[in-house]
Amino acid sequence: MSLHVENLKVYYQTLSGDVRALDGATFDIADGEIMGLAGESGCGKTTLAHSLIRLTPPLKFIGGRVELDGEELPIADMEKMDDFRFRKISIVPQYAMNALNPTRKIGKMTAELLASKGAKMKDVEPELRRRLDLVGLTQDVLDMYPIELSGGMKQRMVMVLSTLLDPSLLMADEITSALDVSTQKAVAEMLVEFRDRQFVKSMIIITHDISILYQVADTIMIMYAGQLAEKASKETIIESPRHPYTKMLISSLPQVGVQVNDTRLKGIPGTPPQLLEPPKGCRFRARCPLAFDKCLEVPPFVEVDPGHMVACWKEPGKNA
Amino acid sequence: MRRYFGRKVLIYLLTFFIAVTIDWLIPRFMPGDPVLSMLGRVGTAHPDTVNAMREYFTRVFGLDVPFWQQYLNFWASLLRGDLGVSVYRFPQSVVDVIMNAVPYDIALLVPSILLSWIAGNKFGAYAARRKWLDNTVLPLGYTLTATPYMWLAILLAWGLGIKLDLFPIAGAYAFDMAPHWSWRFISSVLHHWFLPFASLFLVNLGGWAIGMRNVIIYELEADYSHYLEALGAPQKLVRKYAYRNALLPQITGLALQLGVIVAGALVTEVVFSYPGIGFQLLAAIQNQDYFLIQGCFLFIISGVLLANFIIDIAYVIVDPRTRRGMTGETA
Amino acid sequence: MEKNKKKRNEFLYFAFRNHKLRIGLLIVVFFLVMAIIGPSFTENDPLSFIHRGAPLKPFQSEDFLFGTTVFGQDVYSQFVHGLRATFVVGAIGGGLATLIGVIVGFVGGYMGGKTDEGLNMGTNIVLVIPTLAVLLIISAYLEVRGILLESIFIGCTAWPWTARAVRAQTFSLRAREFVDLAKMTGMKSLKIIFKEIAPNMMSYLLLVFILQFGGATLNAATLDFIGLGPTEGISLGLMMNHAVAHSALLLDIWWWFIPPGFAITAIVGALYVTNVGLDEVFNPKLREM
Repeated sequence: MSLHVENLKVYYQTLSGDVRALDGATFDIADGEIMGLAGESGCGKTTLAHSLIRLTPPLKFIGGRVELDGEELPIADMEKMDDFRFRKISIVPQYAMNALNPTRKIGKMTAELLASKGAKMKDVEPELRRRLDLVGLTQDVLDMYPIELSGGMKQRMVMVLSTLLDPSLLMADEITSALDVSTQKAVAEMLVEFRDRQFVKSMIIITHDISILYQVADTIMIMYAGQLAEKASKETIIESPRHPYTKMLISSLPQVGVQVNDTRLKGIPGTPPQLLEPPKGCRFRARCPLAFDKCLEVPPFVEVDPGHMVACWKEPGKNA
Repeated sequence: MRRYFGRKVLIYLLTFFIAVTIDWLIPRFMPGDPVLSMLGRVGTAHPDTVNAMREYFTRVFGLDVPFWQQYLNFWASLLRGDLGVSVYRFPQSVVDVIMNAVPYDIALLVPSILLSWIAGNKFGAYAARRKWLDNTVLPLGYTLTATPYMWLAILLAWGLGIKLDLFPIAGAYAFDMAPHWSWRFISSVLHHWFLPFASLFLVNLGGWAIGMRNVIIYELEADYSHYLEALGAPQKLVRKYAYRNALLPQITGLALQLGVIVAGALVTEVVFSYPGIGFQLLAAIQNQDYFLIQGCFLFIISGVLLANFIIDIAYVIVDPRTRRGMTGETA
Repeated sequence: MEKNKKKRNEFLYFAFRNHKLRIGLLIVVFFLVMAIIGPSFTENDPLSFIHRGAPLKPFQSEDFLFGTTVFGQDVYSQFVHGLRATFVVGAIGGGLATLIGVIVGFVGGYMGGKTDEGLNMGTNIVLVIPTLAVLLIISAYLEVRGILLESIFIGCTAWPWTARAVRAQTFSLRAREFVDLAKMTGMKSLKIIFKEIAPNMMSYLLLVFILQFGGATLNAATLDFIGLGPTEGISLGLMMNHAVAHSALLLDIWWWFIPPGFAITAIVGALYVTNVGLDEVFNPKLREM
């Protein structure tokens, strides 16, 4: 499969005006690719995920085009998107622990959900049970109410449920944020296994924790203030990033074995801009040590090396 | 679950105990001599009647016996089913008067409560679907629920009863009939029953519609609803789940509203001279028939407690979480 | 200080723009004004039998704007004096119920433990007992009753749902971080209550009071209608009681029973709508876009 996003613009409607949360995203994801999507809070990563699967008010579609497996995704049309949801594109949401109806047995809810999508529980059931085993849930879980499961169990159940019909693209939104480190590793590895067993073709893992991405992702895309900053293989991002923001982000990560006496942690001075009336041009301009006058124009997200995209005037691409 | 019911039953027993105690205490702390005032109000001068009543009252009030013994005697007769003798309907016993009145209350309360609850929930759920429906149901609902029960009863009685002459406005059946099994009688009963029933139904309807509308909007914005939508489940399924979950607080609400609904039934009966307990209670008050007042009060309280208990059972049946022993005091 | 002022201005801004709040307040204020200055437009005592002859219809005579009752009493005078009684009972009864409910709910919620258990059980007991039944019993035995007494009775029986709601609010506020912070800096309990928790509950309390006001009004009207209201004076419920008892329905003296009920419906309904509007003002999530 492949995901092709072109110039996607989605704003948030507020009483004070439109917040330009996602302003012109263009990128591709190849078949079988696990892409990590990282950035500070408010950079637009969750907006991007929600735009692809559930674009409801206060989100407002402004422009752009999304193609999945060659077919256009009608993301602005809530009804038409129903044909694609769950089967082609799916999500494990940030609120996974509350995502199950508290007054319905899990098995019954699954059956009703499948039936409403035109799938029969008895066809899917054997596979469902196999996957429960895979993630370490007992078969009884189908006979229980969500309140009888722990948070981690509920999350794994949602992971199984969201991928039950083998979607082409799965988005995992901050699913490790509320977990301890060892569970984080287990969950992240579970995601990779889903891809390896072809339960899903490609994945977008959204997190602000780059270290997780380094473990399990193939590529990492960095976002800043509603714009795409850089996308490359994980090794490139971690070892040789080229966008000034990525560089500062990586260097601000603590390294194992390094003590404060040797090297101090470097933060990035300043704060991200508010997006109601964002600054002209590159939104990192105010905090960027390399900024110059061309930065008043929005830099295009171009390929500087094979598979390596950067949006920075200091890094001219092959086509610059 | 045993703990859940255990607590509830404890509260109800405690409440009943307190209610009976209040019922017993009040005449004894009100100013004046109850026996004298009772005698005065009986209004008869015939010496035999007066003596019999004075003896009876003194005995019944047990005023010649220490306080605590009076209290126990009260409980004793209560448990025997003896609520005393009605003064204004002498020599009919209080229990008799009440038992004759109860069927009318049940006939009014049960259908109006059930139907208004069911219909109100449906309307409230529909209102959440479309903006224009919402803009109609809400103001209508608020108006109905803000309407005092007796005023709506008066309006219906005057409008449909007198001006349009569609329904009778007094009594449970035509005055020239005695209860018997025939179509004429049954239709007369229904004819007399309709307006008071409609009055109760309408006022209650408003409250439920508004309640359901608010709860269901909350449920439709819950995480589980968003998840289903993200997975492309049709609105029908999302609404079905939201509706079922919204019914739970509505059941609890029913228990909380019982006192108000019963009060509404009382005044409605007064307007229509409908011979239920409310009507009897008013007559008792006007005639200072203390035994009847006490009896009605106890009966109403017991009825409400029983209804609460039934609703608690219904809640446990409908909410699967309580059966799994998880939730305790969310009801 | 600066933050509080900004917050207040933000509230006022939304308050003025909110339709429900505007309409609701307008109606309530209209009747309130009528209750305050209305009686000065007539010299007729509400209960005196002034007019002789057949009952007058509204606008038939200058002296009797709303017509007369079957006994020749001035309906307008009864109406505006009754409005006064309504607002008095609503304010005192509703205020008392709010006060008791807030204290019971807050103390239980804040202290927790056995205190909370006891208070909660007490709340549940009073909650289950049907208010009217108790009011009936008490009122029936008192020969002379005043409007203050009626308000106190209503206030003392209507508080449980408020206690429950306040208790829940207290629980959630107590667990918030700013309370822990205050405790850590060694602030004393009472100070925490007044400086940290109370301001957050203020808006909620206003909503609660409005609902209690409406409830007290309805309760009083019902009591008055049965004849167990104040033994002196006039009220809207009492007007309806007299009307029904004296065949106003049959005699088609509609101006005797329609205005009082209409006023109550309008006031209580407006209070509910105001409540919804205020809720929207206080909770940004509910605001219409």
